[in-house]
Amino acid sequence: MKGLNDVILRTATKVVVVIILAFSIHLFVSGHHNPGGGFIGGLAFVAAIVLLFLVSDIEKVRNNIAVDFKNVTALGVLISVFTGVGGMIGGKPFLNQVFGSVNLPIFGETGMATGVLFDVGVALAVIGASLTIIISIGEDR
Amino acid sequence: MIQFILFLSLCFLTFSILVTIFRLIKGPTAPERVQALDVIGIYLIAGVAIYSVLIRSTAFFEVILLIGILSFIGTIAFARFIERGVVIERKQSD
Repeated sequence: MKGLNDVILRTATKVVVVIILAFSIHLFVSGHHNPGGGFIGGLAFVAAIVLLFLVSDIEKVRNNIAVDFKNVTALGVLISVFTGVGGMIGGKPFLNQVFGSVNLPIFGETGMATGVLFDVGVALAVIGASLTIIISIGEDR
Repeated sequence: MIQFILFLSLCFLTFSILVTIFRLIKGPTAPERVQALDVIGIYLIAGVAIYSVLIRSTAFFEVILLIGILSFIGTIAFARFIERGVVIERKQSD
């Protein structure tokens, strides 16, 4: 395994990973009206982490991201379920969402929806589940 | 006229994808199959771009970037599998 030269891949990854992470955030934010949302934003995030796995190894990435991904999955599902139950408290159906307009200091009048919280949960669940599967398969010889 | 040309190019792209799928199935060695997969990704990007021009919409540009990123990572993973036999290393030897 020694002596293989992948300088080009290592150098390109330092730029490409930043681009993919920014693109995943863009996909996450642009949901609801354009192609995007929590699921595909989480998958783009996973693609960036997988690229880091490819150029480096699992141990190095796991040491730098000190999070157990199974807990991330559980946290995401919990956020999604609690967001859905929040609509039932006011007598509305499950997963009911509220859209309101808030006057923020810098941005001015901004429309905000509670569906974003649900999307945060979906993104965390997708990130945790995909990375758990990839790490479990990759560690098996 | 321009719409007819775009529609014709979409038809040719579909035909090209079918021919590439033949190479993907029949290809004797693994590198040919990997190259066929990469070429199918490029054809999909071209198809989405031509369709965006056809319906005069900019809504699908994120799809082009996403297919490009996934095709890039897939090609790297297959190349690493052919070269080293393992895709993701648990602990680097050097």
